[in-house]
Amino acid sequence: MPHTQTVRPISTPAISRRLLLTALTVVALMLLISYLVAFDQGAVSRSGMYLHELMHDGRHLLGVPCH
Amino acid sequence: MSLSATGKAPTYGALLLRGLLAGLIAGLLAGVFAYTVGEPKVDAAIAIEEANAHAAGAAADGHHDEELVGRDGQKGGLFLATGLYGAAMGGLLATAYTVLRRRLRTTSDTRAALGLAGAALLGIVLVPYLKYPPNPPAVGNPDTINQRTISYLAIVVIGLVAVWAGVIAARTQPAEWRQALAAAAGFLIVVAVGYLLLPAIDEVPDTFPATLLWNFRIASLGTQAVMWSALGLGFAALATRPVREQAAREAVTV
Repeated sequence: MPHTQTVRPISTPAISRRLLLTALTVVALMLLISYLVAFDQGAVSRSGMYLHELMHDGRHLLGVPCH
Repeated sequence: MSLSATGKAPTYGALLLRGLLAGLIAGLLAGVFAYTVGEPKVDAAIAIEEANAHAAGAAADGHHDEELVGRDGQKGGLFLATGLYGAAMGGLLATAYTVLRRRLRTTSDTRAALGLAGAALLGIVLVPYLKYPPNPPAVGNPDTINQRTISYLAIVVIGLVAVWAGVIAARTQPAEWRQALAAAAGFLIVVAVGYLLLPAIDEVPDTFPATLLWNFRIASLGTQAVMWSALGLGFAALATRPVREQAAREAVTV
Protein backbone atom coordinates (compact mmCIF):
# COMPACT_ATOMS: atom_id res chain seq x y z
CA MET A 1 0.00 0.00 0.00
CA PRO A 2 1.56 3.30 -1.00
CA HIS A 3 1.71 5.85 1.76
CA THR A 4 2.84 8.92 -0.06
CA GLN A 5 -0.01 10.97 1.32
CA THR A 6 -2.09 10.54 4.44
CA VAL A 7 -5.75 11.16 3.93
CA ARG A 8 -7.47 11.97 7.17
CA PRO A 9 -9.62 8.97 8.01
CA ILE A 10 -13.23 9.51 8.94
CA SER A 11 -13.11 7.91 12.33
CA THR A 12 -16.40 9.17 13.69
CA PRO A 13 -19.96 9.09 12.34
CA ALA A 14 -21.47 12.18 10.73
CA ILE A 15 -23.12 14.47 13.26
CA SER A 16 -26.87 14.39 12.79
CA ARG A 17 -29.72 15.68 14.94
CA ARG A 18 -30.57 12.13 15.89
CA LEU A 19 -26.99 11.40 16.94
CA LEU A 20 -26.88 14.54 19.06
CA LEU A 21 -30.13 13.59 20.81
CA THR A 22 -28.78 10.11 21.51
CA ALA A 23 -25.53 11.64 22.75
CA LEU A 24 -27.44 13.96 25.10
CA THR A 25 -29.40 11.02 26.51
CA VAL A 26 -26.17 9.08 27.03
CA VAL A 27 -24.53 12.08 28.74
CA ALA A 28 -27.51 12.40 31.09
CA LEU A 29 -27.30 8.69 31.90
CA MET A 30 -23.56 8.83 32.52
CA LEU A 31 -23.98 11.87 34.78
CA LEU A 32 -26.71 10.02 36.70
CA ILE A 33 -24.33 7.08 37.28
CA SER A 34 -21.57 9.47 38.39
CA TYR A 35 -24.06 11.16 40.71
CA LEU A 36 -25.06 7.86 42.29
CA VAL A 37 -21.42 6.93 42.81
CA ALA A 38 -20.15 10.28 43.97
CA PHE A 39 -22.89 12.38 45.57
CA ASP A 40 -26.09 10.46 46.35
CA GLN A 41 -27.20 10.49 49.97
CA GLY A 42 -30.29 8.38 49.36
CA ALA A 43 -32.51 11.05 47.85
CA VAL A 44 -32.30 9.71 44.29
CA SER A 45 -31.38 6.06 44.75
CA ARG A 46 -34.06 5.55 47.46
CA SER A 47 -31.63 3.23 49.20
CA GLY A 48 -31.17 5.36 52.27
CA MET A 49 -27.47 5.69 53.01
CA TYR A 50 -26.74 2.16 51.78
CA LEU A 51 -25.18 3.12 48.43
CA HIS A 52 -23.37 6.00 50.09
CA GLU A 53 -21.84 3.72 52.70
CA LEU A 54 -21.07 0.96 50.20
CA MET A 55 -19.11 3.27 47.91
CA HIS A 56 -17.80 5.40 50.78
CA ASP A 57 -14.11 4.57 50.28
CA GLY A 58 -14.41 5.16 46.54
CA ARG A 59 -15.77 8.64 47.15
CA HIS A 60 -12.93 9.56 49.43
CA LEU A 61 -10.26 8.15 47.13
CA LEU A 62 -11.81 9.58 43.96
CA GLY A 63 -11.59 12.93 45.69
CA VAL A 64 -15.22 14.02 45.91
CA PRO A 65 -16.55 15.63 49.09
CA CYS A 66 -17.91 13.03 51.51
CA HIS A 67 -19.62 13.82 54.85
CA MET B 1 -5.40 3.82 -1.53
CA SER B 2 -7.09 6.76 0.02
CA LEU B 3 -10.49 5.23 -0.53
CA SER B 4 -9.88 2.85 2.34
CA ALA B 5 -9.69 5.78 4.69
CA THR B 6 -12.93 7.30 3.47
CA GLY B 7 -14.79 4.05 3.99
CA LYS B 8 -17.28 3.33 6.72
CA ALA B 9 -16.82 5.14 10.00
CA PRO B 10 -17.68 3.35 13.24
CA THR B 11 -21.10 4.16 14.61
CA TYR B 12 -21.64 6.11 17.81
CA GLY B 13 -22.84 2.90 19.41
CA ALA B 14 -19.58 1.14 18.56
CA LEU B 15 -17.52 4.01 19.95
CA LEU B 16 -19.71 4.23 23.06
CA LEU B 17 -19.29 0.53 23.75
CA ARG B 18 -15.51 0.89 23.48
CA GLY B 19 -15.57 3.88 25.80
CA LEU B 20 -17.64 2.03 28.40
CA LEU B 21 -15.33 -0.99 28.19
CA ALA B 22 -12.15 1.09 28.43
CA GLY B 23 -13.73 2.99 31.32
CA LEU B 24 -14.68 -0.16 33.21
CA ILE B 25 -11.15 -1.53 32.84
CA ALA B 26 -9.63 1.82 33.83
CA GLY B 27 -11.96 2.03 36.82
CA LEU B 28 -11.02 -1.43 38.03
CA LEU B 29 -7.30 -0.63 37.61
CA ALA B 30 -7.83 2.58 39.57
CA GLY B 31 -9.63 0.45 42.15
CA VAL B 32 -6.61 -1.84 42.45
CA PHE B 33 -4.38 1.20 43.00
CA ALA B 34 -6.80 2.73 45.50
CA TYR B 35 -7.12 -0.58 47.34
CA THR B 36 -3.38 -1.15 47.68
CA VAL B 37 -2.19 2.42 48.20
CA GLY B 38 -5.26 4.25 49.50
CA GLU B 39 -7.07 1.84 51.80
CA PRO B 40 -4.34 1.72 54.50
CA LYS B 41 -4.69 5.52 54.77
CA VAL B 42 -8.48 5.32 54.93
CA ASP B 43 -8.17 2.68 57.68
CA ALA B 44 -5.76 4.88 59.62
CA ALA B 45 -8.09 7.88 59.28
CA ILE B 46 -11.10 5.83 60.41
CA ALA B 47 -9.12 4.68 63.45
CA ILE B 48 -8.58 8.35 64.33
CA GLU B 49 -12.25 9.10 63.68
CA GLU B 50 -13.33 6.31 65.99
CA ALA B 51 -10.89 7.33 68.69
CA ASN B 52 -12.31 10.85 68.51
CA ALA B 53 -15.86 9.52 68.64
CA HIS B 54 -15.09 7.45 71.72
CA ALA B 55 -13.47 10.44 73.35
CA ALA B 56 -16.54 12.52 72.60
CA GLY B 57 -18.74 9.80 74.07
CA ALA B 58 -22.44 9.74 73.29
CA ALA B 59 -22.23 13.14 71.61
CA ALA B 60 -20.61 11.50 68.53
CA ASP B 61 -22.64 11.79 65.36
CA GLY B 62 -22.73 8.01 64.96
CA HIS B 63 -22.19 8.19 61.23
CA HIS B 64 -19.92 5.19 61.13
CA ASP B 65 -21.18 3.49 64.24
CA GLU B 66 -24.37 2.43 62.48
CA GLU B 67 -22.31 -0.01 60.37
CA LEU B 68 -24.79 -0.05 57.50
CA VAL B 69 -21.93 -1.52 55.49
CA GLY B 70 -18.93 -3.03 57.28
CA ARG B 71 -15.34 -2.11 56.48
CA ASP B 72 -14.88 -5.22 54.33
CA GLY B 73 -18.03 -4.34 52.41
CA GLN B 74 -16.74 -0.83 51.88
CA LYS B 75 -13.46 -2.17 50.54
CA GLY B 76 -15.39 -4.30 48.05
CA GLY B 77 -17.64 -1.33 47.33
CA LEU B 78 -14.51 0.61 46.41
CA PHE B 79 -14.23 -1.47 43.23
CA LEU B 80 -17.92 -0.99 42.50
CA ALA B 81 -17.46 2.77 42.91
CA THR B 82 -14.34 3.08 40.75
CA GLY B 83 -15.67 0.61 38.16
CA LEU B 84 -18.99 2.42 37.75
CA TYR B 85 -17.34 5.83 37.82
CA GLY B 86 -14.79 4.69 35.23
CA ALA B 87 -17.48 3.30 32.95
CA ALA B 88 -19.44 6.56 33.21
CA MET B 89 -16.32 8.60 32.42
CA GLY B 90 -15.59 6.24 29.51
CA GLY B 91 -19.08 6.83 28.15
CA LEU B 92 -18.59 10.59 28.45
CA LEU B 93 -15.15 10.40 26.79
CA ALA B 94 -16.54 8.34 23.88
CA THR B 95 -19.38 10.84 23.46
CA ALA B 96 -17.00 13.81 23.55
CA TYR B 97 -14.78 12.02 21.02
CA THR B 98 -17.70 11.33 18.68
CA VAL B 99 -19.05 14.87 18.80
CA LEU B 100 -15.74 16.76 18.88
CA ARG B 101 -13.42 14.60 16.75
CA ARG B 102 -13.93 16.59 13.57
CA ARG B 103 -13.26 19.84 15.39
CA LEU B 104 -9.93 18.73 16.79
CA ARG B 105 -7.06 19.91 14.64
CA THR B 106 -5.11 16.70 14.45
CA THR B 107 -5.05 13.99 11.83
CA SER B 108 -4.26 11.36 14.45
CA ASP B 109 -7.20 9.61 16.12
CA THR B 110 -4.91 8.41 18.88
CA ARG B 111 -3.82 11.96 19.64
CA ALA B 112 -7.44 13.12 19.58
CA ALA B 113 -8.48 10.44 22.09
CA LEU B 114 -5.46 11.01 24.35
CA GLY B 115 -5.90 14.77 24.10
CA LEU B 116 -9.50 14.59 25.24
CA ALA B 117 -8.59 12.29 28.14
CA GLY B 118 -5.75 14.66 29.09
CA ALA B 119 -8.11 17.63 28.93
CA ALA B 120 -10.51 15.79 31.24
CA LEU B 121 -7.72 14.93 33.67
CA LEU B 122 -6.71 18.59 33.74
CA GLY B 123 -10.20 20.08 33.88
CA ILE B 124 -12.15 17.75 36.13
CA VAL B 125 -9.38 16.30 38.29
CA LEU B 126 -6.36 18.61 38.65
CA VAL B 127 -8.17 21.96 38.76
CA PRO B 128 -10.67 20.78 41.42
CA TYR B 129 -7.88 18.91 43.26
CA LEU B 130 -5.82 22.03 43.93
CA LYS B 131 -8.81 24.12 45.05
CA TYR B 132 -10.58 21.45 47.08
CA PRO B 133 -8.07 18.70 47.85
CA PRO B 134 -9.70 15.40 48.84
CA ASN B 135 -10.00 14.57 52.51
CA PRO B 136 -9.89 11.24 54.32
CA PRO B 137 -12.60 10.18 56.78
CA ALA B 138 -12.43 12.10 60.09
CA VAL B 139 -11.93 15.31 58.15
CA GLY B 140 -14.96 17.27 57.08
CA ASN B 141 -18.00 18.63 58.86
CA PRO B 142 -21.20 16.77 57.86
CA ASP B 143 -23.18 20.00 58.24
CA THR B 144 -21.33 21.67 55.35
CA ILE B 145 -21.59 18.75 52.91
CA ASN B 146 -24.15 20.48 50.66
CA GLN B 147 -22.13 23.66 50.38
CA ARG B 148 -18.93 21.67 49.78
CA THR B 149 -20.60 19.55 47.11
CA ILE B 150 -21.92 22.62 45.27
CA SER B 151 -18.52 24.32 45.42
CA TYR B 152 -16.89 21.13 44.16
CA LEU B 153 -19.28 20.83 41.21
CA ALA B 154 -18.71 24.51 40.43
CA ILE B 155 -14.94 24.05 40.27
CA VAL B 156 -15.37 20.99 38.01
CA VAL B 157 -17.39 23.12 35.58
CA ILE B 158 -14.82 25.91 35.84
CA GLY B 159 -12.04 23.42 35.14
CA LEU B 160 -13.75 22.33 31.91
CA VAL B 161 -14.43 25.93 30.90
CA ALA B 162 -10.76 26.75 31.57
CA VAL B 163 -9.57 23.97 29.25
CA TRP B 164 -12.01 25.15 26.60
CA ALA B 165 -10.80 28.74 27.04
CA GLY B 166 -7.23 27.57 26.59
CA VAL B 167 -8.07 25.84 23.32
CA ILE B 168 -10.04 28.82 22.00
CA ALA B 169 -7.23 31.22 22.97
CA ALA B 170 -4.62 29.05 21.24
CA ARG B 171 -6.61 29.09 18.00
CA THR B 172 -6.47 32.87 17.81
CA GLN B 173 -2.68 32.75 17.35
CA PRO B 174 -0.79 31.85 14.19
CA ALA B 175 2.66 30.95 15.54
CA GLU B 176 3.10 27.80 17.59
CA TRP B 177 4.89 29.38 20.56
CA ARG B 178 2.21 32.06 20.77
CA GLN B 179 -0.45 29.37 20.67
CA ALA B 180 1.12 27.68 23.69
CA LEU B 181 1.35 31.00 25.50
CA ALA B 182 -2.25 31.91 24.68
CA ALA B 183 -3.48 28.47 25.78
CA ALA B 184 -1.72 28.79 29.13
CA ALA B 185 -2.99 32.34 29.62
CA GLY B 186 -6.61 31.53 28.72
CA PHE B 187 -6.58 28.47 30.95
CA LEU B 188 -4.95 30.21 33.93
CA ILE B 189 -7.18 33.28 33.81
CA VAL B 190 -10.35 31.19 34.07
CA VAL B 191 -8.83 29.00 36.80
CA ALA B 192 -7.67 32.06 38.77
CA VAL B 193 -11.10 33.69 38.59
CA GLY B 194 -12.73 30.45 39.72
CA TYR B 195 -10.30 29.99 42.60
CA LEU B 196 -10.88 33.55 43.78
CA LEU B 197 -14.68 33.48 43.50
CA LEU B 198 -15.29 30.15 45.19
CA PRO B 199 -15.07 29.98 48.98
CA ALA B 200 -12.00 28.52 50.65
CA ILE B 201 -12.74 25.33 52.57
CA ASP B 202 -10.38 23.96 55.18
CA GLU B 203 -11.93 21.60 57.69
CA VAL B 204 -8.80 19.66 58.62
CA PRO B 205 -8.62 19.43 62.41
CA ASP B 206 -5.40 20.76 63.94
CA THR B 207 -4.77 17.37 65.52
CA PHE B 208 -4.99 15.39 62.28
CA PRO B 209 -1.57 13.91 61.36
CA ALA B 210 -0.03 15.92 58.50
CA THR B 211 1.78 12.96 56.96
CA LEU B 212 -1.39 10.87 56.89
CA LEU B 213 -3.27 13.70 55.19
CA TRP B 214 -0.47 14.09 52.61
CA ASN B 215 -0.28 10.37 51.94
CA PHE B 216 -4.03 10.09 51.56
CA ARG B 217 -4.14 13.00 49.11
CA ILE B 218 -1.32 11.52 47.04
CA ALA B 219 -3.13 8.16 46.99
CA SER B 220 -6.30 9.92 45.84
CA LEU B 221 -4.46 11.80 43.10
CA GLY B 222 -2.79 8.55 42.03
CA THR B 223 -6.19 6.85 41.80
CA GLN B 224 -7.47 9.51 39.42
CA ALA B 225 -4.20 9.52 37.47
CA VAL B 226 -4.40 5.75 36.97
CA MET B 227 -8.06 6.08 36.00
CA TRP B 228 -7.57 8.71 33.31
CA SER B 229 -4.27 7.37 31.92
CA ALA B 230 -5.76 3.91 31.54
CA LEU B 231 -8.99 5.31 30.12
CA GLY B 232 -7.20 7.52 27.59
CA LEU B 233 -4.83 4.77 26.46
CA GLY B 234 -7.53 2.09 26.49
CA PHE B 235 -10.02 4.17 24.56
CA ALA B 236 -7.38 5.28 22.07
CA ALA B 237 -6.41 1.65 21.49
CA LEU B 238 -9.99 0.42 21.12
CA ALA B 239 -11.49 3.36 19.23
CA THR B 240 -8.83 3.53 16.55
CA ARG B 241 -8.97 -0.20 15.91
CA PRO B 242 -11.77 -0.42 13.33
CA VAL B 243 -10.00 2.08 11.11
CA ARG B 244 -6.76 0.17 11.31
CA GLU B 245 -8.46 -3.14 10.59
CA GLN B 246 -10.22 -1.60 7.66
CA ALA B 247 -7.00 -0.17 6.29
CA ALA B 248 -5.37 -3.59 6.70
CA ARG B 249 -8.23 -5.33 4.88
CA GLU B 250 -8.04 -2.81 2.10
CA ALA B 251 -4.31 -3.33 1.84
CA VAL B 252 -4.87 -7.05 1.39
CA THR B 253 -7.47 -6.61 -1.36
CA VAL B 254 -5.24 -4.12 -3.16
